Amino acid sequence: MDWYPLWNSLRIAGISTFLIFFIGIFAAYYVAKAPRLVKGILDVILTLPLVLPPTVVGYLLLRVLGPKRIVGAWFLSMFGMRLTMTWWSAIFATTVVIFPLMYRTARGAFESFDETLAYSAQSIGLSDTYIFWRVRMPYCRQGILAGTVLAFARALGEYGATSMIAGYTPGRTATISTTVYQLWRTNDDGLAFRWVMINMAISFVVLLAVNMLEKNTAKKNTVKKNAVRKSTIRKNTVKENTVRPDPEEKDPPAGRKM
Amino acid sequence: MSIYVDIEKRLGGFFLKAEFEAGDEVVSLLGASGCGKSMTLKCIAGIERPDRGRIVADGVTLFDSEKGISLPPQKRHTGLLFQNYALFPNMTVRQNLAAGARRERDRSSREARIGQILERFGLTELAGHYPAQLSGGQQQRTALARILLSSPRVLLLDEPFSALDSHLRFQMEREVREMIRQFGKTVILVSHDRDEVYRMSDKIAVMDGGRIEAFGSRDAVFENPQTRSGAALTGCKNLSPIRALGGNRIYALDWKVELTAAGPADDCTYAGIRMHDVAYGPGENEIWCQVAEVVENPFSYTVMLRPAEAPDAACLGWELEKAEWERVRAQTLLVHLPAKAVMPLRDGDESGGGGAAAG
Repeated sequence: MDWYPLWNSLRIAGISTFLIFFIGIFAAYYVAKAPRLVKGILDVILTLPLVLPPTVVGYLLLRVLGPKRIVGAWFLSMFGMRLTMTWWSAIFATTVVIFPLMYRTARGAFESFDETLAYSAQSIGLSDTYIFWRVRMPYCRQGILAGTVLAFARALGEYGATSMIAGYTPGRTATISTTVYQLWRTNDDGLAFRWVMINMAISFVVLLAVNMLEKNTAKKNTVKKNAVRKSTIRKNTVKENTVRPDPEEKDPPAGRKM
Repeated sequence: MSIYVDIEKRLGGFFLKAEFEAGDEVVSLLGASGCGKSMTLKCIAGIERPDRGRIVADGVTLFDSEKGISLPPQKRHTGLLFQNYALFPNMTVRQNLAAGARRERDRSSREARIGQILERFGLTELAGHYPAQLSGGQQQRTALARILLSSPRVLLLDEPFSALDSHLRFQMEREVREMIRQFGKTVILVSHDRDEVYRMSDKIAVMDGGRIEAFGSRDAVFENPQTRSGAALTGCKNLSPIRALGGNRIYALDWKVELTAAGPADDCTYAGIRMHDVAYGPGENEIWCQVAEVVENPFSYTVMLRPAEAPDAACLGWELEKAEWERVRAQTLLVHLPAKAVMPLRDGDESGGGGAAAG
């Protein structure tokens, strides 16, 4: 059995997850802080790859990276390398497809961050860089880790856009998902089934990891909520009655003067 | 002066305008939630930026809209303590303190200061613990120690005791008072708890609706809160709209009685009298009352009195010691409201205007 598709899938998923870890966190951090309107618009644009069919993503990528298209042609003339139909072409596809997963989970984590931690950190003189890496990131660790694992799992399973931009060349651009399709098409049912089982096993482990991370987060949050009890001013100290009666009607009755 | 604040900030429909100054003493911003007291603190710390104004702490200009100065929070040296203490959950007590001491460049003196402060706050044994493993009081000590290590020019305490149970709160209040005494510079305390404010402060600013309604020494503010919300926040529970009758004479619309107030009431729309200032027997402003309800407190009674001649009037609360109530208990009794305790009050919303009750 040729193990190349497993190795190729793992390295494509690994590299794109590594890239998206930084890009996703960067985007999430700035969108979480953005004003409401900007946030709404950016959020739609950045989440779009999640709902677009992978073939649409693949088509758009080919429009940009194809050897006769603007970026692809420039790259070919500058470095003499094609951006499509190589093993690393698939990285473009997976990166775009998994971006929303990382971005959305990281943004959720950043939005649940207790900003008072950052405020007090600033007031004791800690730099914003220190606060980001030593306070904010550790606090949001579990959400970000869950997003990373989820992105990795999705990258491993990417088929549509990958097959369009990298094609299927055994021993060169074949990934697990394109291999399964090819084997099924050529009636090699036994081998196709083996690859299916391998893929299922990897995905199972990954999702198990995500679930365990989320459970830990939930536990952590309940502890935090119980710790802070907000007490508010007692209502009965402020009289609500501000309506003043008509002065004509409420003249002091005679004989009540003191 | 060790702190000078004069700021304005608009936030949607809310307008914050705060101006006060103080020396090396404790100033409290007393107000209900949403009155702008925490926002004022955040403006001083540099977390929020005022639209206009000037902030000077310990001789250093932190913010000046005219000169275009706005120091980043890191350069302001304002020790900000939140009610949840904001300890970094991923760091031990010692690491939290080390983060606070990073302004100190010299490594050995930094270590020495951390050791000293651990000792001083009784945290040496807990140095390796994480915040989640500490009690509320220990968390607060750690947060204070971390702030002191950052060599602040001014301490800003935002509702520092409200997350603590009442028995712990008293203990921590004592510790914080001692810490403030040693700190020796300006401390600004934000709170809605009048007892806490009274025990901790030298000066008090009463805030309502984004404005400082009364500012002065603690005793002056409690004796004459000037506004209705000031009276309510300093614990005055008997408040009634009034009609000014000229000079010190007023007519209290809720209680339907004519009274002599402590001072001229011409521009006032409310009057207040504290529940423990109501006195038994004949005297100034005497009123025959029916007892409507008796509420038993741990060490006192609160007797709700309704003026006998006006059965539809609102009740007047009277707080007195248990023994005294046992002595004077009756269904109908004569009380009086000493004129010096009847506080004429302005309505803060109407900026001193006579309003509907003028006449």
